[in-house]
Amino acid sequence: MKVIIDQDKCVASGQCVVAAADVFDQRDEDGIAVLLNSDPPAEQAADVRHAAAVCPALAIHLEE
Amino acid sequence: MTSTLNPAGEHPAGIPDYPMARAAGCPFDPPPALRAKQEEGPLTKVRLWDGSTPWLVTRYAEQRALLADPRVSADVTRPGYPSPAPVNGSSKISFILMDDPEHARLRRMVTAPFTIKRVESLRPAVQKIVDELIDDMLAGPKPVDLVEAFALPMPSLVICELLGVPYADHDFFQENSKTIIKRDATPEQRSAALGQLAGYLDNLLGEKLTNPGDDMLSRLTERIKIGELSRQEAAQMGVLLLIAGHETTANMIALGTLALLEHPGQLALLRDTDDEKLVTSAVEELLRYLHITHNGRRRAALEDIEIAGQLIRAGDGLIMANDIGNRDPEAFPDPDRLDIQRDARHHVAFGFGVHQCLGQPLARLELQIVYSTLYRRLPTLRLATDLEQIPFKHDGSVYGVYELPVTW
Ligand code: SF4
Repeated sequence: MKVIIDQDKCVASGQCVVAAADVFDQRDEDGIAVLLNSDPPAEQAADVRHAAAVCPALAIHLEE
Repeated sequence: MTSTLNPAGEHPAGIPDYPMARAAGCPFDPPPALRAKQEEGPLTKVRLWDGSTPWLVTRYAEQRALLADPRVSADVTRPGYPSPAPVNGSSKISFILMDDPEHARLRRMVTAPFTIKRVESLRPAVQKIVDELIDDMLAGPKPVDLVEAFALPMPSLVICELLGVPYADHDFFQENSKTIIKRDATPEQRSAALGQLAGYLDNLLGEKLTNPGDDMLSRLTERIKIGELSRQEAAQMGVLLLIAGHETTANMIALGTLALLEHPGQLALLRDTDDEKLVTSAVEELLRYLHITHNGRRRAALEDIEIAGQLIRAGDGLIMANDIGNRDPEAFPDPDRLDIQRDARHHVAFGFGVHQCLGQPLARLELQIVYSTLYRRLPTLRLATDLEQIPFKHDGSVYGVYELPVTW
């Protein structure tokens, strides 16, 4: 799985961090999402899919 | 404006009034007429207080699609925008009623304190506030009104602390904020209340410009100094955060407690657990089930949009009825059952799209702490009156109870 974040779209809701804290983090200065791991292992795939589904800005794209 | 709550609600043209009335004796469920509309299809027309007939979007999938669509506008001044009440120019409360790029520019200035990490770091402080309020309740007389003794002061103390607003002034801004969210306030009353709050925040910003502290308003003054933000914009943001910070959470605490008292099995599960995951899922489920912002998310179409076989025209108003969206059986099986063990995390109680609630991490933290502390410390908590006696906020833009007399 490959994860891509569109930081221009991100509205810093932090939903991705709640869903998959090993894969997503937020910048301290403005809360914009950053990737900790763009190629997460299979056991995190469900959490990452959930993160993409709840992201209100549709800023997370997955290539499976 | 009694017509907005007219249970019959059908005009000769067959377009029902919105908002619709809830069923008597059924305080947690959305109006039956709204359920009927959802069963008819995802989009339907409704009639508002001003005679306009925007689209009502009743299903979860279409609500999310439209709220995330850049062709819809949240700007209250757009033609076709379905306003919940009369507005005038000064009713524009900061960035929630603006579109990008203005919205993004302003929103990004206040996102830093709401990152998951920063909010988590507040956990001990919020826990302390909760514990102290419960100590006071236990030391005082009973029965007690849970709204006044606990549900309202708790989030007010937290947001005051965060913003750097003296809590001593809380009577003043609670009064004004009540007026702003009251459905039947006149435009004059609403803009007077907004003006009061804006003036108060402007004063406070003035003090912090010369004498900054470690709080959000002080950080906004740094942006004012470098010309990134006008003092008026900063004051508007302060008003928004102050109102949003205490009305919503307060209603979730009181109404959530009432819902749990009416579902003793669910309450027992929550009271007797030390599993943080169950507390977290209970918060999400109560947010979904209660959906206290029951007036829908309002938008105007900027272009023609085709969705679910329907053509929405540029200039049409849209109301995403998220309360019934959270009860859409396609998204949540057996939606009218309160089940704190279900996975409800994808609910739309905080909205969806770029305007999704900025304060949601803080709201979640507060509710998790309250729901994991209150019932454990007051295990015999019960209503001190009949359900029929409880006054519900049918008339406000945030649903809840005015009073919740409880004893233990
Ligand atoms: S969920 Fe989406 S909008 Fe929220 S922080 Fe993550 S990427 Fe940004």
